[in-house]
Amino acid sequence: MADHGTQYYVKIWGILLVLLVISIFGPFLEIPAVTLITAFGIAFVKAYLVVKNFMHMNVQPAYVGYMLSTCLVFMLLLFAGSAPDVMKKDGDNWVKTVVVVQGPATMHHGEENSGDEHGGAELH
Amino acid sequence: MRPIANTRTAAGIPTARLAVWWVLASEIVIFGGVLASYLMQRMGNPDWAAEAAATNVWIGAFNTFVLLTSSLSAVLAHHAAEHEQDGKKAARLLGLTILGGGIFLCVKGFEWYTEISHGMTIQSHPFWSFYYTAAGIHASHVIAGMILMAFVAKDAAKGLELHRVELVGIYWHFVDVVWIFLFPLLYIAK
Amino acid sequence: MAESIEHPGHAGGHDAPHDHEMSFWSKYIFSTDHKVIAMQYLFTGMAMGLIGGFFAYAFRMQLAFPGMEVPGWGMVSPADYNSLVTNHGTIMIFWVAMPVLIAAFGNFLIPLMIGCDDMVFPKINRLSFQIFFVSAIVLLSSFFVPGGAFGGAWTAYPPLSANPNYSLTPMGSSIWVVAVALEFIAFLLGGINFITTAMNARAPGMKLYDIPIVVWMIVVASILFMASVGPLIAGAIMLFMDQNIGTHFFDPAYGGDPILWQHLFWFFGHPEVYVVLLPAMGITAEIITVFARKKLFAYRTVLYTTFGTGVLSFTVWAHHQFIAGIDPRMAHVFTITTLLISIPIAEMCFVYVATLYGGSITFSTPMLWALAFIFEFLIGGVTGIFLGASGSDIYFHDTYFVLAHFHYTFFPIAIIGTFAGVTFWYPKMFGKMMNDTLGKLHFWGTVIPFNLIFIPLFVLGAAGQHRRIYNYEHFPELSAPWMQDLRQVATIALVVMLGMQLVFFYNFFASMFRGKAAGKNPWKSNTLEWTADSPPPHGNWPEGLPNVYRGPYEYSHPDRDDDYWPQNVPS
Repeated sequence: MADHGTQYYVKIWGILLVLLVISIFGPFLEIPAVTLITAFGIAFVKAYLVVKNFMHMNVQPAYVGYMLSTCLVFMLLLFAGSAPDVMKKDGDNWVKTVVVVQGPATMHHGEENSGDEHGGAELH
Repeated sequence: MRPIANTRTAAGIPTARLAVWWVLASEIVIFGGVLASYLMQRMGNPDWAAEAAATNVWIGAFNTFVLLTSSLSAVLAHHAAEHEQDGKKAARLLGLTILGGGIFLCVKGFEWYTEISHGMTIQSHPFWSFYYTAAGIHASHVIAGMILMAFVAKDAAKGLELHRVELVGIYWHFVDVVWIFLFPLLYIAK
Repeated sequence: MAESIEHPGHAGGHDAPHDHEMSFWSKYIFSTDHKVIAMQYLFTGMAMGLIGGFFAYAFRMQLAFPGMEVPGWGMVSPADYNSLVTNHGTIMIFWVAMPVLIAAFGNFLIPLMIGCDDMVFPKINRLSFQIFFVSAIVLLSSFFVPGGAFGGAWTAYPPLSANPNYSLTPMGSSIWVVAVALEFIAFLLGGINFITTAMNARAPGMKLYDIPIVVWMIVVASILFMASVGPLIAGAIMLFMDQNIGTHFFDPAYGGDPILWQHLFWFFGHPEVYVVLLPAMGITAEIITVFARKKLFAYRTVLYTTFGTGVLSFTVWAHHQFIAGIDPRMAHVFTITTLLISIPIAEMCFVYVATLYGGSITFSTPMLWALAFIFEFLIGGVTGIFLGASGSDIYFHDTYFVLAHFHYTFFPIAIIGTFAGVTFWYPKMFGKMMNDTLGKLHFWGTVIPFNLIFIPLFVLGAAGQHRRIYNYEHFPELSAPWMQDLRQVATIALVVMLGMQLVFFYNFFASMFRGKAAGKNPWKSNTLEWTADSPPPHGNWPEGLPNVYRGPYEYSHPDRDDDYWPQNVPS
């Protein structure tokens, strides 16, 4: 395994902290594209840095990376196959409604609006 | 007694490290299942953002900082064990990592206590169900990692089984990476 | 360990275990020997198989003779009926097919076939069995709790399974989830052990294409299991919280989504079919090459097909949900992938037939089982086409046609494949030969009744008989006399088949004591396990681990006098 020296790891840690700060403050601009990039794009960069430098993925045999990324691809498949059903709220002759049943006492957030209203985003 | 099978390396890396990578592969699909379920529900229900707005970004950010730092001490422990053959130093650094995990859990406990006392319980809304479930599964991995590290550090302090410092480190970094994704998913996405 | 890693070559048995006296407990119960653990899995699987078979007997009797007092069970109440079918399915898949095909054969065969002394992590291997054993007890305990065992079908669809007010089994359904989750943990530990063993601990000289096909298939099956089970573990946690903590992940009454569970379940559930199919396919490959005395036709193609099957099996899961209200556009996609996956399986069947072609075939008992596997599984595969196409599935869904179809796949896999493997490797497991006459009697006594059970069910299913109905007398259109007759044919055939298993158990246990000594290599086979003693001692090859010089299927080589050429013989 390549001997990087402790300084190297501290440097990576510094970069990670800078990225963390960016990912916190980026979304404060309230521009959706910036939020996406700063929050999620940077998460991928951070994960890449940790996996490569701390987990030393770069010095493992290539198949280690392949097997982990295959599992990730399977998760994408799960998402792609399930999301159309789970996210679909209505069809030609059906609407997925949320019936608010009188729930337990803790359910004081119970004002889930019925799912066929697409304008749920206006809540905030 | 270690079987001869354990000492063979036909695939090019030590068996124990190979097994850790497979463990991580299986963990990826566990977290993948939770996160994929959460993502598709979240994207299908834009109104959940109102609930998500109540999460505390600063606590989440502080916890991210804690985990990133504990990852640093874990990798430094690995460095000490592998390149300096210094089991005592590795054990001390692992102790720091355990401390990081402990701080993470304490902060999390405080955060959850505050949220629950404000009525944001696991039953109150599907967002909070996912919030507590995903973070809870992650926290159980943090606890498992801390226990494993305590055992490894105990051996490492005596100069035994130093290769395990790296293995438990790989696992800890993975837990860190999961949190790196949980943080924007649960706290930042509004 | 860092030091010893550098010298993988000195496998000369310098720390070969010596045969010191061990107590019964440390030798058979808490052993870390992979063969003992394999036997533990095998016997636990057999015991659970008997329980699952008994459940089938109880509810089939109710269907054939409604309202009858079933000998050995008593009156089958509607709640009993639901618990029985649910746990029959759960047990047969998770506690019989998985432990026997993956864990028992994987444990027994992988170290022996790749020429090493044990699994790479013997203690984790033992832990895996212990967790598995606990999970079996946990599952069975659900029959003795208030409310009874879970009755929401082995697929545990919410909201029925998620809410005790619907399922009426407040404890049973949670116990079911916990048992299944424990079982998954056991097989994750076991599977990672299998994969790392096969990847890292091969004998010197054994290249990737020298690994026997059954080892490949068990490893690929373990990988499939490991990569597919995660979402269901996540789902099981969510379901458990739905049942006990009051979340509503899957309860549509509170904004949850039951379809999500179906996706999480079948994302695992369909690869699971291939998880158990592949080891059975591999066992068949080993047996037909030995008894046809021929090289396996197209070894590499079989291997690539195995990988192809594995990858494709992740893309077909929603064909179980065609009528669950999934997006019709996705139904098109899943129809196409489902029909695609029949290609690699058909290819494997053709490969086996091509292997048989021109061979000098011996119809020994294991060979009969292997041939029956190909034949019966073919029927299961072909009837699957009807169900994979979303159009015809709308008619067939949830009828006995589906039931007969998947029994025509799972029975060949879990029962026929297992018997093929057990009869083939019995001499290695116990050092004795099984009685061939009794073996053949058992073979015909199992395979003929099996067809008599499920062919009538195909007919009934095509006639519209719906699944999960306790008593068809309440449905005039489903209780015509000819339909009731067919139900009775199926039930009587089931009773005969279960009775014939006594022959097997007699043969199995009596041969341990009275069987003819087997010697090292009774079938004149090439693979490494036949070079060890029968049964192999702890450490497998105390005199030194073997080296490998060639592939596993060099039968009837033209340059050799012997018609076989063991892998460990130097050229």
